[in-house]
Amino acid sequence: MGLTGSRLASLVAAALVGGYALATAVGIFLGGILPMPRGEAALVGNLLSFAVYAGAVIWTFVVRRPVKVWLGLMIPACALVTGGLLLTGRAG
Amino acid sequence: MTRTSMGKGLGGSPKVDGSLKAEGSSKAEGSSKAEGSSKADGSPAGGFRQAMSWLHTWVGLTLGWVLFFIFLTGTVGYFDTEIDRWMQPELPQAQTGLNSTDTAEVLLDRLRVEAPGADRWFLTLPAGRHQPYPGIFWQGASTKAGASAASGELQVNGNTGEPFSARDTGGGQLLYQMHWRLHYLSRTQADIIVGFATMFMLVALITGIIIHKKIFRDLFTFRPGKGQRSWLDAHNVLSVVALPFHLMITYSGLIFMGFSYMPLIVAAHYGVDDEARQQFISEVFDPPGLVDSAREPAPLVPLGHLIAAAEDRWGENRVRSIDIRHPGDSNARIIFYENIERRVASGGERLIFDGVSGELLHQVPPATSAAKGARDLFVGLHEGLFAPPVLRWLFFFSGLLGSGMIATGLVLWAVKRRQRMEKKHRLPHLGLRLVEKLNVGTVVGLPIGIAAYFWANRLLPVASVGRADWEVHLMFLAWLMVLIHAACRPNHRAWVEQLAIAGLAFGLLPLLNLLTTDRGLWHSLVANDWVFVGFDLTVLIVGLMLGWTAWRVWQKRSLIDTGEISIKQGRSAQELPGGQS
Repeated sequence: MGLTGSRLASLVAAALVGGYALATAVGIFLGGILPMPRGEAALVGNLLSFAVYAGAVIWTFVVRRPVKVWLGLMIPACALVTGGLLLTGRAG
Repeated sequence: MTRTSMGKGLGGSPKVDGSLKAEGSSKAEGSSKAEGSSKADGSPAGGFRQAMSWLHTWVGLTLGWVLFFIFLTGTVGYFDTEIDRWMQPELPQAQTGLNSTDTAEVLLDRLRVEAPGADRWFLTLPAGRHQPYPGIFWQGASTKAGASAASGELQVNGNTGEPFSARDTGGGQLLYQMHWRLHYLSRTQADIIVGFATMFMLVALITGIIIHKKIFRDLFTFRPGKGQRSWLDAHNVLSVVALPFHLMITYSGLIFMGFSYMPLIVAAHYGVDDEARQQFISEVFDPPGLVDSAREPAPLVPLGHLIAAAEDRWGENRVRSIDIRHPGDSNARIIFYENIERRVASGGERLIFDGVSGELLHQVPPATSAAKGARDLFVGLHEGLFAPPVLRWLFFFSGLLGSGMIATGLVLWAVKRRQRMEKKHRLPHLGLRLVEKLNVGTVVGLPIGIAAYFWANRLLPVASVGRADWEVHLMFLAWLMVLIHAACRPNHRAWVEQLAIAGLAFGLLPLLNLLTTDRGLWHSLVANDWVFVGFDLTVLIVGLMLGWTAWRVWQKRSLIDTGEISIKQGRSAQELPGGQS
């Protein structure tokens, strides 16, 4: 597929780090907004986060453009974390 | 040449057989790679599958050997307690079926001796294959009051009340724990490695499904003796046959360790310190009605009528364990756990009694919430504790298929590249040779290591100090030696020799058992000791199969020698010194 050097390194990092960030963010978001006790909501977020991670890794290598991938992972991740913590009304 | 025309060229190649398509697309990956990075970008038609094929190849290869280790040791773990028992031949046959009340009294007496003043006494009743002997476990005991240790664990003979004395060993438990603890590493290191490996597995499975249009057809396609294509067929068959198992075991593995792998989700809602984490655990997992110690002594209620109440509800001998919090305190609580063999989801019902009055305070259903129920189901499927013998074997074979899937994937990677090199009359590069060596040294080397673990169990002197540790050291030393052997020998010979060694190492275990214990195969058969019979026969069959494979691979070599196969697969690495590629 001809991915080499810094481009490949950036994509791998995006998949591993960015994907992890997005997975965690979705988990935090679900933990915040799901209409159930917070422990259960956090557990649901935890259960589903791994599917998000896998999806993010795959998406990264479908798109294959480092800038787009990094933005596409990190912007939603930040938004979801903020949203998840604000919407709960539990944010400190 | 543009990407589209290249794609057309490949698509138009005279391959009719539909099931070759997957191979076709992976070839495209190979040739575009060989032509350099000029066509790296863009994703027109075919690009998606090509991308998936690329991702499948590299997530599979990168941590493939770690995954093979995780799969194989985890698979062996489906027979953890059976292996435990084989590795402690001093122990009698399982003590399941003892009267629960008597056994509980015996265990309680032992706890009063071993662990006075403890915060927690835990009684394990011999409830089934996963708990063949009575046992105790305690925390927070007072050594000043005469406790043998602050916390500890003992297997107790239910008939005599004395602790069993048997050889020191990690047993099947240790072998099974390796698949997520990686033994020599710290918990954090192991979590990181195993976590990423499992995630890679999940991605490899999903991309593998995507690049396979013809899943059903692949199930019936095997073309042996055709080099790379045979390996691809084998890889497909092994993957597809047990695909639901592979997906289940991978995702449930992630969920099992989910709080360690994704700690920030809980931390975001609870806080980052240990106390916050504990708060989450107790909200989701702990039964209700637990209280702190009152620091006022009060006699513990006799267990007899509590056990009777629990057995009325669950059936005779279906109490799995009894968990006493703050024994001898006025706030004592006693938790009864139902046996788990009737439910797929891990965990059964729990009853919580007041430890002084004996009043039933709570009946807690197995799943206290839908979310916990979902997690329990995944965890229960992963552990397979519920599985009766036939299903347990099915789990075991599925795990072997998974290990085989990983092994054939790794071999396929190497075979494909070697064939390509030889077509171009090039020497294999360092990466390819490294993969080839690691493949032999792991795919056959790890089983040899496991056999060495069993040999060490029988050959190390029973009384020697640190023998349990040395069993494991010998397992990994044996594996290391096999890796060195793989590095020194030509590929093909390494496969044959190691397969033969592995065959002997497993095949001779029943003989070793006969010579070093009084529980040889014949004795076990006569005594109806199916755990020992099962172990001896299983390793014998494994040994025979490995030996047969060695012979088959060796035969192929003689074909190479007589020139029927022109590619000198095994020899080129040795005959032609590397570094000139």
